[in-house]
Amino acid sequence: MSEQKKQERIGVYVCHCGSNIAGTVDVEDVAKWAADKLKDQGVVIARDYKFMCSSLGQELIEKDIKELGLTRVVVAACSPHLHEKTFRTAAKNAGLNPYLVELASIREQVSWVHADKAVGTAKSKAVVSGTVSRVIENVALDEIRVPINPNTLVVGGGIAGIQSALEIANAGFHVYLVEREPSIGGHMAQFDKTFPTLDCAACILTPRMVEAGRHPNITLLTYSDVVNVSGYVGNFTVTIKQKARCVKTDLCTGCGICQEKCPKKVIDDVYEAGLGYRKAVYTPFAQAVPNFPVMDKENCTYFLKGTCKACEKFCPTGAIDFTQQDELMDIQVGNVVLATGYDLFDARRVSNYGYGRLANVFTSIEFERMSNAAGPTSGNIVLRDNKTLPKSVGIIHCVGSRDKNFNNYCSVICCMQGLKFAHLVHERTGANVYNFYIDMRTAYKSYDEFYQRVLEEGTLFVRGKVAEVTDAARMPGEEGKLIIQVEDTLAGKQRRIPVDMVILSSGLEPRKDAKEVGKMFGISCSTDGWFTEKHPKLDPVSTMTEGIHIAGCSTGPKDIPSSVAQGAAASARVLDKILQREVVLEPIKASVNQEMCSGCRICNGLCPFNAITFIEDDMKTEINPALCQGCGTCVAACPAGAISGTGFSDTQIMAQIDGLLRNFEMAAA
Amino acid sequence: MNEYLLYPGCSMESSARAYMESLLAIAEPLGLNLKEITDWNCCGATEYVGINLIPAYSLIARNLALAAQQKNGMKAVVAPCSACYLNLAKADHYMAVRPMLGDKVNDALAAGGLHYDPGTLNIRHLLDVIINDIGLDTVKSKVTHPLHGLRVAPYLGCMVPRPDYQNRWSDHEHPTELDDVLKALGADVIDFPMKTSCCGGHMTQIGPETAFELIRRLMYEADQYKADIMATVCPMCQLNLDAYQGEANRFFGTNYKMPIVFFTQLMGLAFGIPAEKLGFGLELVSARTALKQIGVEVPIKEEPKRRKVEGLPMPPRLLLKGNNGKKRIKEAAK
Amino acid sequence: MPQMTDERVHAGLIHEEDLSLLNEVSIKTAGVSRLEMCIQCGSCGGSCPVAMDMDHTPRMLFAMLRAGMRDEVLRSNTPWMCVSCYHCVVRCPQDVLIADVMYTLKGMAIKAKLYRDSTPPDFSQTFVGMVENYGRSFEFGLASRHYLTHFPLRLPGMAGMGLGLLTKKRMHVKPRRIKNIDQLSAILEKAKTLELAS
Repeated sequence: MSEQKKQERIGVYVCHCGSNIAGTVDVEDVAKWAADKLKDQGVVIARDYKFMCSSLGQELIEKDIKELGLTRVVVAACSPHLHEKTFRTAAKNAGLNPYLVELASIREQVSWVHADKAVGTAKSKAVVSGTVSRVIENVALDEIRVPINPNTLVVGGGIAGIQSALEIANAGFHVYLVEREPSIGGHMAQFDKTFPTLDCAACILTPRMVEAGRHPNITLLTYSDVVNVSGYVGNFTVTIKQKARCVKTDLCTGCGICQEKCPKKVIDDVYEAGLGYRKAVYTPFAQAVPNFPVMDKENCTYFLKGTCKACEKFCPTGAIDFTQQDELMDIQVGNVVLATGYDLFDARRVSNYGYGRLANVFTSIEFERMSNAAGPTSGNIVLRDNKTLPKSVGIIHCVGSRDKNFNNYCSVICCMQGLKFAHLVHERTGANVYNFYIDMRTAYKSYDEFYQRVLEEGTLFVRGKVAEVTDAARMPGEEGKLIIQVEDTLAGKQRRIPVDMVILSSGLEPRKDAKEVGKMFGISCSTDGWFTEKHPKLDPVSTMTEGIHIAGCSTGPKDIPSSVAQGAAASARVLDKILQREVVLEPIKASVNQEMCSGCRICNGLCPFNAITFIEDDMKTEINPALCQGCGTCVAACPAGAISGTGFSDTQIMAQIDGLLRNFEMAAA
Repeated sequence: MNEYLLYPGCSMESSARAYMESLLAIAEPLGLNLKEITDWNCCGATEYVGINLIPAYSLIARNLALAAQQKNGMKAVVAPCSACYLNLAKADHYMAVRPMLGDKVNDALAAGGLHYDPGTLNIRHLLDVIINDIGLDTVKSKVTHPLHGLRVAPYLGCMVPRPDYQNRWSDHEHPTELDDVLKALGADVIDFPMKTSCCGGHMTQIGPETAFELIRRLMYEADQYKADIMATVCPMCQLNLDAYQGEANRFFGTNYKMPIVFFTQLMGLAFGIPAEKLGFGLELVSARTALKQIGVEVPIKEEPKRRKVEGLPMPPRLLLKGNNGKKRIKEAAK
Repeated sequence: MPQMTDERVHAGLIHEEDLSLLNEVSIKTAGVSRLEMCIQCGSCGGSCPVAMDMDHTPRMLFAMLRAGMRDEVLRSNTPWMCVSCYHCVVRCPQDVLIADVMYTLKGMAIKAKLYRDSTPPDFSQTFVGMVENYGRSFEFGLASRHYLTHFPLRLPGMAGMGLGLLTKKRMHVKPRRIKNIDQLSAILEKAKTLELAS
């Protein structure tokens, strides 16, 4: 193998990584051993250094390349995930092709998994030997540059998505904003007031919604779903299904007569949280953007029985079209921002709180709609009979959160939400308010002041996780009330507190289809189901998939300011890519040796990136280097061994195995 | 064939004699074949484990070991008594999750020539077997004398729905299994909010005042709902609520006369089996008045004060029925 | 972590005396108790049907355990009041096996002779005595000894109930013995020499 070729000049660099590697591996010994035992392979210099990734460490490599004429470099250090780019760039600066540099992971794969120094050192030597044998077979490669499509897709029209779309659109680039519901606005559109400023949610949201609806650079696709995604960063093809509204949007003026005349009333369990009604043809709320109604085919009398058609009769512009079908459209975008939001925890699962069984137990979203002046009770806070004002209200924090029986995490906003409810109940009813909490989490700007304010208003705080809400009275005085049974942990006693109304500050959960959506876009979800960011501390809006970004509650529970900040951050990332105009692709690609290809087509169906095509005329398979991501699936599948991957060729891999095994006994000696 | 190993428990032969008699009476129509574990011993109730841990679990494990020897392809071990059921299930579960405990218990069992590998047996409660193995359809088909007009408060007690190591019950707080069986018998089943509240357990012996308060709460609530009779699954609950009702009444100056019977007794009545064969008459608070109502056209009784609420719509009920209902809720919520 | 402590005690690397009170109780409990995971939320104290008669709520008791207040904990009537209804266990957000910890505390209180009211431990010990003798519980014997010793004044009031149970044959005057009582005795004898945390 290597005997026939001219021998390469290889430099080996072993990193201490402080004591991270040096604690379990005798790095000086490894370097000495490499200089001595691997000389016949071509190693001309072997050094060890405390921190190879530092500028001094890199300079070592650059100096050696220039002065010793190195043709290959092996750096034995941490995982390539962290510093492969660092060392390849250093080599490039010194004039050596970056793909002639290989990293041997002796941290993650040796020092972090072994405790015995003798074992660690022997294994490191073997690993270095393998990498040296491999790097000899490396070939110089050039990066591929592909232009970036300047369009962006933002999935989700809540506050994070709207913010993101506006930022990109204002920078002068086109955005497709796709939203599943008939109108943008998301959960924030359902709220009454927002903490801690008690701004009316609709008042601060609707101007943004209108701006997004009118922006020349934003194409609003509401009542639409993403059904397919293909491609890679800079060049995504996304298929969007626009569900049939049964309304011709070019003719509709948003006058609302169809809704008025529609005879079919249905419980609105999306926007009104099941507390109010809507018609079969409806706009979800008055300030909807766009203001075109939507027909609920499952409940429309015409679709069920073939009669009625009142909306069509009364529409002044003839905009109703019962024959409208779902439409599919393909768009080309360069980047995607996923801002799909959250689902509320289903409080019926906590059976000891009685939601769904006891009439006057309400969830947070039901209370928001009740308190909202445009809601089903016109802003009056009343019991389920829609008449009686409560004289005492209990607000329970941590429902479904911080609980091994439900969700393990803290939902961040429920404490502030509970305080907000306390304030609103005081303001509107003068009732006695109890808040039941385990810890009071009021961390951000002005949050603790809000807590102080609610304390001043005379809210009665009880520190204790509520054990049960029941209507089973124990004595005559408890009749007709809801009893909250809780241990007042600060007083050390169990208390039974009778109230008229209970509000559950429910937690946030990932969307029910988050996993499927993630899969479609090629990103993963955490164990709890939230989208996984590239780095939890330093990279909260990117994912491991280039070109797909995440923002808002789709990544984890957060409040409105944080969602807005993340939406803007994601836009900054996107704009950064768009302004670079082209994306640099790794030249690690697969290619088919046409002479060896038998046309069996086994590989054709395996490519996750649709990079493989079959040329019928030649009965041969071809791979598109622009789409290929170098995953290696087809390489492994080809029974004839006709496909090889640059950077991971069979020659390289076999050489690495040989190198690993050949020197193992020597290393153990 | 529905064959099970039966672990009766000490009460079934004495204070809960009615449970045993009615169980044997309905076993045949339901196609339930019960074989008693040979030479079983007391499970220790809630007493032994508070004194000495390893002997307590060894006491229970002897039964498990004997049952495992007799298993022979039978479906499961069935325990009608809630405390026995919990003890057997708990021992089996803990021996598995805590290997140290499993080893020591087996050490002790070896002194008697026995051994038990946790997980060998399937331990079920009688109600679970009736609902999931025999099925409500079979139960319904055997009903010849439906209990129309009898207002029954289902009372499950604590140790059956909790802690539920194998996820067999639809809910920890308001399971519907007992309700479903009673409805299948044609009875008027109350949506009793205290169906899993504690009866006091051994507090009637140790701390009677505490126990009386727990008994009073149940009586008060059943009275609020105008129940005619309470149906239970546990011998301890039946003993406490029945035998100590008089003392509790005297303590509080109340005058409750709530008959407590076993659900199997009601099943037997609905199947047309004569009351004497079902252990009726053994209860201290007589069920005679309540039973007079069965089979007779009952005039519309005074409805309890709860009324359906008009006004804002209620959220739909989460379906809690059936086997592994909790699992299904967890999956539905995913 | 509970399992790690288990293994190390088993391997003789830590001794019982060196464990904190919290860890000691945790190890001696039958299942994986997770006592160290308690966040003091109060679900247990809120759920307990007999909390109003307890000296300390379960949560308070665990706070005391954490503070190493051995005497106060073992003297408290809380474990003796526990009715094993398991409401606390299913509602605990940290999956702490509260009811089983109560059993452990009962055992520790008896060994240390630190209970205030001897009624509950006596009852349990009498019960256990009967089971060890006969292999089955003997309610009549248990009731007579127990009420005569601890509640003699209740006896007249309970005569009606007692007579009722006797005449309806819901209580037997003679105990029943299992056949293989020797086997059971051998097992229990061996079991008494074994402790969980050793």
